[in-house]
Amino acid sequence: MKILLKNGHIIEPHSGLDLLADILIVDGIIEKIGTKISVGASIQKYELDGKIVAPGFMDMHVHLREPGYEHKETIETGLAAAASGGFSAVCCMPNTNPPIDDASVVKYIKEKAAKVKNGLVDVFPVAAATKGREGNELSPMMELAEAGAVAFSDDGSPIENSEVMKRAMEYADMVGKIIIQHPEDRSLTKGGVMNEGFVSTSIGLPPMPAIAEEIMIMRDVMIAEYANTRYHAAHISTAGSVEIIRQAKKRGLKVTCEVTPHHFTLTEEVVRSFDTNTKMNPPLRTQEDIEAIKAGLKDGTIDVIASDHAPHSFDEKEVEFLEAPFGIVGLETALGLAVTELVHPKILSINQLIEKFSINPRKILNLPVIKISMGEKANLTIIDTEKEWRVDVSKFKSKSKNSPFNGRILKGKSCGIINSGIFCL
Amino acid sequence: MPITSRHLLGLEGVPKEDIQLILDTATTFREVLDRPIKRVPTLQGKTIVNLFFESSTRTRISFELAERRLSADVVNFAVAGSSVAKGETLKDTARNIEAMKIDMVVVRHSSPGAALFLSRVVNANVINAGDGTHEHPTQALLDMYTIREKFGKLEGLHVCIVGDISHSRVALSNIYGLQIMGATVSVCGPKTLIPKDIEKLGVRVYYNVEEAIRNTDILNVLRIQLERQDRSFFPSTREYHNYFGITKEKLEKAVKPITIMHPGPINRDVEISADVADGENSVILQQVLNGVAVRMAVLYLLGTGEGK
Ligand SMILES: [Zn+2]
Repeated sequence: MKILLKNGHIIEPHSGLDLLADILIVDGIIEKIGTKISVGASIQKYELDGKIVAPGFMDMHVHLREPGYEHKETIETGLAAAASGGFSAVCCMPNTNPPIDDASVVKYIKEKAAKVKNGLVDVFPVAAATKGREGNELSPMMELAEAGAVAFSDDGSPIENSEVMKRAMEYADMVGKIIIQHPEDRSLTKGGVMNEGFVSTSIGLPPMPAIAEEIMIMRDVMIAEYANTRYHAAHISTAGSVEIIRQAKKRGLKVTCEVTPHHFTLTEEVVRSFDTNTKMNPPLRTQEDIEAIKAGLKDGTIDVIASDHAPHSFDEKEVEFLEAPFGIVGLETALGLAVTELVHPKILSINQLIEKFSINPRKILNLPVIKISMGEKANLTIIDTEKEWRVDVSKFKSKSKNSPFNGRILKGKSCGIINSGIFCL
Repeated sequence: MPITSRHLLGLEGVPKEDIQLILDTATTFREVLDRPIKRVPTLQGKTIVNLFFESSTRTRISFELAERRLSADVVNFAVAGSSVAKGETLKDTARNIEAMKIDMVVVRHSSPGAALFLSRVVNANVINAGDGTHEHPTQALLDMYTIREKFGKLEGLHVCIVGDISHSRVALSNIYGLQIMGATVSVCGPKTLIPKDIEKLGVRVYYNVEEAIRNTDILNVLRIQLERQDRSFFPSTREYHNYFGITKEKLEKAVKPITIMHPGPINRDVEISADVADGENSVILQQVLNGVAVRMAVLYLLGTGEGK
């Protein structure tokens, strides 16, 4: 099959490639990049009018929910949401049932994912760091890695015990993988449902202090330094966390982190509505935290933007605030929010955006970085940064609609991905 | 002038005129309670459900009495523990209420925002009888009524709330209500029971009871919830009583007599000594009686009003 992309603005930040050109793709391989490529009539042609063609985007923090919670999301619906949001790859988190702590579960997910639209979206499972995600015994990391796990995490829960964390980092490092921590000192967040501060005090919701996250990251950074290993902090949300990572990087430590779009877009003020779609963990923080996160994104302290896509069914969220599960869907709004909140206000350049969505996650996971050049597999995300659209959860491909962004106007949208020889608009 | 809201979910942001109206209306009903026949036909034909997801005998009885004295039909619906735990969601319960053509719902629930949630899914008027650690507006209204009854005003008075502020819906509603009415509010308790950034609500914080007493007209003493002690917010009830308990000795150091309030039920000799609770400056029993009048006022105003 032949596809011709006309007049794309091709950007490849890691090589400095930045040009307006046509791309000819034959059977999934980039055959030609150049101006005015002329082909016969039998070929699929797409006029891009200068829209951005970037190396395929990856969301490295997604809860696909399968196996075990198929009423929230399935691999099929989750990957449809990913494709629609502009992601040609996702990492799926291990808090499934059974959890991804056994090679058979890794294989199950990979096989199932490969069948969805012939492998349009690549799935890289993040396996549990400990058996049953219970934080006690190490999972069989070598077996899991051999089956296809790209990193280890107990996400949903932190790895709390310091000795277990040290061993997990050491063992994973030997396997060539990174530990992704859900940073939360649970002794400080017991019963909590929102950020601790003036808003929690004003509306009487049980609080989760910022230091619960910061203490865990600080400890982990110290362990990583001591064990001389890499470390990745998932979904950081506070100014303090940004500063801890910044200092760790300054000291040359192999520490990386990610942030979600909701943590640079919304503050805790929205929780005053008691809308359960404002309940997530880590919780929404303050405007000062948002400013610090934006500064961290700009100066490179924060490596990655990841959605923490956490689908929950309608019924599960339409309950009292205390009872509602944490988390929101994010795959279909992540790119739009990032372009709206970061690129248009000139906090990030397009190149930096591509780094945080495509280059850096792959580097952190030791996966090959996507190249846009002749002879390479075509793995592309096409972005229209000027497209204005209104978020409508009823149009989501995800099985769940739990988003606080319904009705919001965003500027910037993916207009398609190409992967495994398929063009998905 | 009618009340401006269809529901009473909390006192945060309620117009001063509405609070004034409720308190003035309560004065009328308070007189009814002194009559030999303590019943008026005001809400005849209206059906009110008391939806209690948390047991609170005192609040429920106060509401029920208020409802019956207004001649409403009363349905009591008590669910122990969370509705979710029982498999039925609050939304299911709400739908059932709709189906039964209930006019008003009085709801007590352990989750902050539960009353607001109900108000969004049912057509009935919703009255919050306590939503977790959020608000308990009728308690604050009856507290304000009782203060006004004794002092003839609220404006310019100083009220200090003592005890577990972090887990108190009474404290939050009192802070909002009293400030709207022009009173000054302070809080006092162990640092572990004072929520973060509460000064930003415009209240002064004391960690020393003697100091707090020196500057106040009224002490509103909160119940120490012993069941929270599994998380050890303070070392022991003995230490709490010694340093934060309201005793005669501590009150004697004040320059003027201090009015003592307590939302009940009292842990005698923990947060308040028995002689203070029963002493001449205590208005604790008036609070109970006024509670019925204030709830009658709220039910009447919402039940017959055209608030938006
Ligand atoms: Zn997490």
